[in-house]
Amino acid sequence: MLAPEKIWWKPMGRMEKTWLTVAFVWCVFLTVMMPLWYYMGKQNVPTETYKTSPIQFNEKVTAFVEQYKVGEDTINGITLPVVEAPAGSDVYLRASTWQWYPILQLRKGEEYRLHISSMDLQHGFSLQPVNINLQVLPDYDYVATIVPTSTGEFTIVCNEFCSLGHHTMIGKIIVKDLGE
Amino acid sequence: MTSLSPTFPWVNGAKDDYRVCGVTTLKVDMHTERLIIANAVMAVICLVLGGISALLIALTRWQAIHLLDATWFYRLLTLHGIDMLVAWIVFFEMAGLAFGSTALLNARHAAPKLAWFGWILMTVGGLMANFVVLFDPQSIVTFTAYVPLKAHPLFYLSYILFAVGALIQVITFFINIVVAKREKRFEGSLPLAVFGLMTAAILAVYTLLEGAAAIVPAFFWALGMFEVYDPGIYRNFFWGFGHPAQQVNLAAMVSIWYMLAQMTVGIRPVNEKFSRLAFILYLFFINLGSAHHLLVDPGLTFAWKAVNTSYAMYLAVLGSMMHAFSIPAALEIALRAKGYNKGLFGWLRNGPWNEPGFSGLVVSMILFGWIGGVTGVTIGTEQINMLVHNTLRLPGHFHATVVGGTTTAFMAFTYYVIPLIFRKELKLKKWAVWQPYVYGFGSALVSLGMITSGLQGVSRRNWDITFAGVVPGTVNLTLAIFGIGAIIAVIGGIMYVTIVLVSILTGERKEATNLLLVSGTNNPLLESTKLTDHQMEDKQNQPKGTLVMVFAFLVWFAVYYLSNWWLLGRTWFIK
Repeated sequence: MLAPEKIWWKPMGRMEKTWLTVAFVWCVFLTVMMPLWYYMGKQNVPTETYKTSPIQFNEKVTAFVEQYKVGEDTINGITLPVVEAPAGSDVYLRASTWQWYPILQLRKGEEYRLHISSMDLQHGFSLQPVNINLQVLPDYDYVATIVPTSTGEFTIVCNEFCSLGHHTMIGKIIVKDLGE
Repeated sequence: MTSLSPTFPWVNGAKDDYRVCGVTTLKVDMHTERLIIANAVMAVICLVLGGISALLIALTRWQAIHLLDATWFYRLLTLHGIDMLVAWIVFFEMAGLAFGSTALLNARHAAPKLAWFGWILMTVGGLMANFVVLFDPQSIVTFTAYVPLKAHPLFYLSYILFAVGALIQVITFFINIVVAKREKRFEGSLPLAVFGLMTAAILAVYTLLEGAAAIVPAFFWALGMFEVYDPGIYRNFFWGFGHPAQQVNLAAMVSIWYMLAQMTVGIRPVNEKFSRLAFILYLFFINLGSAHHLLVDPGLTFAWKAVNTSYAMYLAVLGSMMHAFSIPAALEIALRAKGYNKGLFGWLRNGPWNEPGFSGLVVSMILFGWIGGVTGVTIGTEQINMLVHNTLRLPGHFHATVVGGTTTAFMAFTYYVIPLIFRKELKLKKWAVWQPYVYGFGSALVSLGMITSGLQGVSRRNWDITFAGVVPGTVNLTLAIFGIGAIIAVIGGIMYVTIVLVSILTGERKEATNLLLVSGTNNPLLESTKLTDHQMEDKQNQPKGTLVMVFAFLVWFAVYYLSNWWLLGRTWFIK
């Protein structure tokens, strides 16, 4: 079945050549888009990462919350601190089964260095409805330099399965305008 | 009962024997026949198990029904991944490899005992995985079992047994080909379909080795022999197995596409060199795709991600685009040569649409390319992946490739395996005529429902997204489309399983007399019906319609791809 002829190494026809060329050019375009966006685009995947440990990262989160706590709010019936750090500073977000800690308050148009790490399992940082999704691993301090461009209350959904209560793992980021 | 054709020993006095297929004139080794049947039976059993869980989890995600509780949802989600993505497809591929390395070459099975040993390991591993996940709540870890989520050690052991068994069966494929060559069972180059299956087999070897690199340490880690297993390293190796495993499916499916086109319309490849080059591109570049799953992981650089996710320079994508031209073009030439020459698409209208091998091929190619391929390349773009990672758009992509594409093609192929290999009369032929359409329509809806839900931020692997409280009302609509699609696809699946079971259990055991099932008595495999060089080169028969179709495809590809950059540009600044 489908046995080739003795000599099947034959020149391609005009149509094959045309399609091969066009398809190849498209592939080159697809390839070029990524570095192009890397240098010109405003949305790139963060790469800054530091080695950490749950204990080490938790100390940083605790210190951060103590220093910049501005209020309290509840999620799933649990009271969490609301934290607002000055623009340009390092802010911390801790993922653990099944909680995002603390609630972050940011200013629109300002830049923040958002550190995310996990205390236990793998988690997924999914900011909605902005729809930015990042993987969160234990022992990795992942730093995303972000600038919120819209205001309101945003939900952090965990989108990596982290055992049975996974769907209850919800967090919050509040973004306010400078004038408020 | 009509008598079956006699068998002949390969070597005088030896027990190993073969029969000559009356339809294809191929020599079918009796060991191969039994191995194909055993692997196909296990494949269908796994399909049934995976299909039941598919229905139940889809009806849970359909928010208006929300059938299962959380524990059962995650449990069946775990099973669904294992039974469908791995067990059903790999068992079917093992049947295909046994067929390709012997019958298609008129050769004997050179290592039947080894192959049976592999089959036993796969069967034990597959059943054990189902058992462990069903009865041990700790092992509800989903298909990926991401470290440090720790399942029962038997869970990892079941993966290992299955993978080792598969590896052994793959090795018998190579043994068979070497022996066939040495015994001069075939002349010249391997047939194109076997060449494609060889690509799949080579990919399978390093896929399974990478699986071992991820899962074997996890097994010892679960036994408590060491404490810390780096989650980033696990992900890298796991997807070195998980993603290329889908490329094994791809290569096997494309080989089956060529076979279906040959069997139902009698194509000759437009240019053997062109088609083989496309397979070679898979071989060299497709393994880099494991990076698709690590695009938003910490610890990796832009350059690493960009090079790997693009298969060096989208060269594996180029391979698929070449097949996307080559197969329809071959169909077009063959149909035009039969006189269906009217306009650009007269040949297409006159295709044998009631022949499941043909309709299954077309449905599979459309869903695989137009939905699966386009979405896959787009979400595998480094930056765009931030919008997509772990949302429902992801399963939306791979349900188009693995379900609408691979599974539809494998199902269509089964209808020919039953008369030719099981030597049972195919029953419920009318059902078989409709089945590819029903199944394809259902899986298309599943994919579209998932993709549109994911675009709105709905995560995958989530029992109840309403906890998030941010879900727009249209999500209920798109999740309902997904649910309705799942019901239709499951109906298509039930049709398939019913046809197979009824044929095997009640069909008359007899030699096949006809290759085509419903669309006539012509046998495109015979030398006398083969297209001549003149027909292949005739100006009248050139694939003009196909060229128009592939350019339309490219336009759709570009629109979808570029609109995703536009979407990305509207979100928060991040770096």
